Parts: sequence; C-alpha cells; structure tokens
Amino acid sequence: MPGDELEWRGLRPALVRVRRLLLVVWAVVFAAGAGVPLGLLVGPAWAAVALLPVALAAWGWRLVPRNWRSWRYAERADDLLISRGVLWHEETVVPYGRMQLVEVTSGPLERRFGLATVQLHTAAAATDATIPGLDPAEAERLRDRLTELGEARSAGL
Amino acid sequence: MTPPGPDGGIAGHPPVAERAGHAPVAERRLHPVTPFRRAWAPVAVLAGWGMHDPDGVQAQLARLTTTMLLTGLAVLVPLAGLYGFLSWWCTHYAVTDSELRIRTGLLFRRTAHIRLERVQAVDVSRPLLARVAGVAKLRIDVVGTDDKDELAFLGEREARALRAELLARAAGFAPETAREVGEAPARELLRVPPRELALSLLLTGATWGSLGAALVVPTVLWLTTHSLWTVLAAALPLVGTAGANGVGRFVSEFDWTVGESQDGLRIDRGLLDRAHETVPPGRVQTVRIVEPLLWRRRHWVRVELDVAGSRKSVLIPVAPRALAESVVARVLPGVTMPRRLSRVPRRARWCTPVRWRGYHFAVTDAVFATRSGLLGRTLCLVPHAKVQSVRLTQGPWERLWLLADVHVDAGAGKTVTARLRDAEEAARLLGEQAERSRTGRRDAPPDRWMTG
Repeated sequence: MPGDELEWRGLRPALVRVRRLLLVVWAVVFAAGAGVPLGLLVGPAWAAVALLPVALAAWGWRLVPRNWRSWRYAERADDLLISRGVLWHEETVVPYGRMQLVEVTSGPLERRFGLATVQLHTAAAATDATIPGLDPAEAERLRDRLTELGEARSAGL
Repeated sequence: MTPPGPDGGIAGHPPVAERAGHAPVAERRLHPVTPFRRAWAPVAVLAGWGMHDPDGVQAQLARLTTTMLLTGLAVLVPLAGLYGFLSWWCTHYAVTDSELRIRTGLLFRRTAHIRLERVQAVDVSRPLLARVAGVAKLRIDVVGTDDKDELAFLGEREARALRAELLARAAGFAPETAREVGEAPARELLRVPPRELALSLLLTGATWGSLGAALVVPTVLWLTTHSLWTVLAAALPLVGTAGANGVGRFVSEFDWTVGESQDGLRIDRGLLDRAHETVPPGRVQTVRIVEPLLWRRRHWVRVELDVAGSRKSVLIPVAPRALAESVVARVLPGVTMPRRLSRVPRRARWCTPVRWRGYHFAVTDAVFATRSGLLGRTLCLVPHAKVQSVRLTQGPWERLWLLADVHVDAGAGKTVTARLRDAEEAARLLGEQAERSRTGRRDAPPDRWMTG
C-alpha cells in the first residue's frame, strides 16, 4: 500500500472558505433566479422552489470540508502522488520525468484568499494532476522543485 | 540529394539568411504541378451548390447566355491560375541540421520549424492523379503539427530522397552522411493476400451493417414519402458509408505489405492511391489487437497502434494471429505477448452484470495489458516505458464491493483501463506500475535511435 511511510501534505484551510463563499453566492443566485419569477408569476406558494438550492447549498456546506480533507499530495523520490475525493476516490501518480509543463495559476478570488493552484501536464491528455488551494510560496516551491526534478529525470515520449 | 529537378531551381530568390554564425540554408520549391492540386475546389463548390438547390440552379442556368459564361470563365480561370501560381511561388522548404522549415502564405506568412529529433514518421503518399503526374506527397508526423505541414507535391524521386534524408537525420546520422545513407533496405515481414482481405471484410459486421442500412432506409423512405429528393438525400450518404466500409477499405488496404528496415517498420498499401509509411522504432504508444467475432474461427486479428502526433492507426488490417504477434514483437521490442490474463473477481458482476466476464488484465516485464469485450475482443498493450501517469479511481458502488479501476495514461491521448480489480490489488498495482514505468524508461532506446 503506498502512502504508509509518506509525508503527505494537505491543502490550506482557506480553500474551504473560498469554496463555501462560492457555494453561498451560487445558492443565492439560483434561489433568487428560481424563487422570484415563480413567486410573482405563478403564485407565492411556488416561491418555495427557492428552498431547493438553499437546501443543496446547506448539504454542500458540510461536504466541502470533507472533500478538502480528502485532498493530499506527497513528493516521493521519483514521482508525485495526488490523492483526492471521498465518494469518488482518485489517486494519481505522475513520474517527474514525464512532466512536460508545470503551471501555477491564481485567480482574483484565489489571490484574495492567498491561494494558488499547481497543474502538471504530461504528454497524455488524460493526466489530470491539479493541486488547488496551495500557499503561493508553497506553490512556487513545488513548481521549482518539480521542474528541477523533471529536468534531472527527463525522458522523451 | 538527387540532382535538382525542374523544382530545384531557386534563381532570383535569395536563400534566407541565418542567425549570425550559421551558414545560409538552401531553400527549395515544391513541384510545379502543385498549383493544380486545388483545381477541383471551384468545381466541388459548384457541384455542392447544385446538389443543395437543384431547381435554383436550373433557373440560373437558363438565364445565362453563352457570352456571360465565356466572360465568367475568362475571368475565373486566370484568377484561379494566378492564385495557384502565387501560392506555389511563396512556398519554400529547407532542411537544416536540426530542423525542417516550411515557409508558406501569400498574404499571411507562416513558417513551420519542425525539429528533426521530434519527427515521428515521414510518409510518402501518391494519390491516383499524382501517380499519373509522377509526383508524391510527403507528410511529416511530429507531435503538435497540423495538416498544413505536409509537402505536396514533390517529384517522386525527390520525395523518396528527402524522406530518406529526413529519417536519417532524425535517426542521428551526421549531416554530411545523411544524404548518402539513402533509404534503408527493407525486409518483408508480412503481405496480406487480396483474398484474405476480401474475406475479412465480408466477415466484418460494419460492412454488412452499412450495406443493410443503405438498402433498407431509402426503401422505407420511398414507401412512406414517395419523394425522390428525400430518398436521394438519405441514400447518398448511406451508400457512401457502405462503399467506404467495404470497397473503400478494400481499395486502400489492398496489397498491404509490412516490411522491416533500420528506420522502422514500412507499410506499403493501396490499389489506386499508393502510400508508403514508416513507423519508427520506439515511437509506438499503445498497440491494440482486435479480434472481431466472425474472425475468431480463422484465428485472424487486426492490429492497430497509436503513434504520438500521427493519425495512422492500422498496422495490419488482417493476419493470422501468430504472424501478427511476430510483427507486434518488432514494433514493441522485447515484448512477449501475455499468455495468461487474470479475470476480475466474481463479485464484479454486481457492477457490470454481463460484461465483467470480458474484462481481463495482465502485466509482464515490458507491458501493461488489458482485454475487454465478450463477442469481439480487444487486447490493449502499453509498454511500461510509454506510461505518462497512473491513476486509480473508485466510485461509491465499487467501494462497496471492494473494487477499483486502474487507468494507465499513455501519450497520443490514449488511456488503457484495467477495470474492476480487487481494491487491494489495484492499490498495489498503482505503486508497482509507477515503479515499472520508471525503470522501463531507463532501459528504453534513445530518441535518436542510431546514436544509442
């Protein structure tokens, strides 16, 4: 079983706040979008439909931290390990020598909360190795280290 | 290179000056027959218009007088000719030590620099009309190139010589010797007899399916609508598909010959359009051995492969299993066909009720192999050296039955999945596969295979 003796790293707690914020914003948008026209045009009782997005958001509110806890990554000697997902669990192994490009992105909202995302690209399009919710300094350290290791262990196609 | 033909002259056009310190590179032009390659385009546009709106065309034709037709032709033909000539005049190519450059574009300049060590394959194809004119098309397969990066057309002899030179340079021969190396001699490994090919197509479901659709659908439409145009509109694409599936495949896969040479496997094929393709060693990402249901009694298989940056997929259209496997062993050196594939656990029937019986998996020293399908079977092989990343996925229902899927991502956008393995086995597999792909890469031959 891989991972017993590994040094796993998690994501920053700020990611939970960002995701919950997005959840609330979208829930309000959908609740208003569904409830207001229905309540005005069909009848006030139909405005209760607006409770559906709210209920979903309340459920999502509890799922977000669970999903956040499930995300973790580990740098091994020769490959990067990413593990994530509670119900749909996925574990990805990307050998350093296979990395074509390492990308660090940080959107306006992410920057506001001091977060950055690292994404790895290999020659295979199916490779889905993204680590969100990193400290920008950690993201840059990871990028530099991955690039350095990738060069050292580089292999062609 | 062969002595410059009619297209070799570049008089009046100075070669592009290189960056400081590099010798200028001689640029060459395509064959002068090239401007005519798009001559059919206006005809096709007119034909398409005619098909689309037959009544309108008749009305328009009735109004046209001979004089108008002649004036139209007198304007259109020189214009098309001028455009063809200018686009030919503006297209140059040059081979340097490290790259092939193609300069095109009349208004919008486009220069493609194709790095030779990234060349996956160089193919020569000769469509029927090009065969008559004695020219050939050269397609260069590189990761990340598009259709524009082909050289059409070159003189036949020049195309072969350029192909040999490009491959020799890609293989790492010194620039001075690259031109003299010439085309490496090929040794024939396999030739598909026409009878076998015809029989294999007759035993393919797709041939009969498309033929049946081409017969049934127009009949039903005629009985229900009695409108000739509706029937024609439905029938033409169906007949086209049926033709492409049966006759078209026979024509393009006719006389399929696989040969072995130092620069890779050679494929020569085609009845009317002859194609001459190469699969360089060590560039194959995945191999699939497909076994349709009706072929099984005869032990015939089709072999498909994926090469990064290339669209070609068929290696052998049909061949007896043993022979096909011996060819696959040349494409994937050091790979033995996995003989014993393990089934999935019995409890997998709760995840995919019937198909679970078809899922098989094996891993050897050199390849990761999965087989799927109950009626027609497909065996997928990925050499460990080509594995880009390994993933394990497990949904909630699979978790309940302690099962998981292992995906192996290879280049060329292909993923091979070992479905519904025991969860513990899958976790072990994930770790081991990462380890194997690392050691497999270390032993892999170098990109420039002649230098290794």
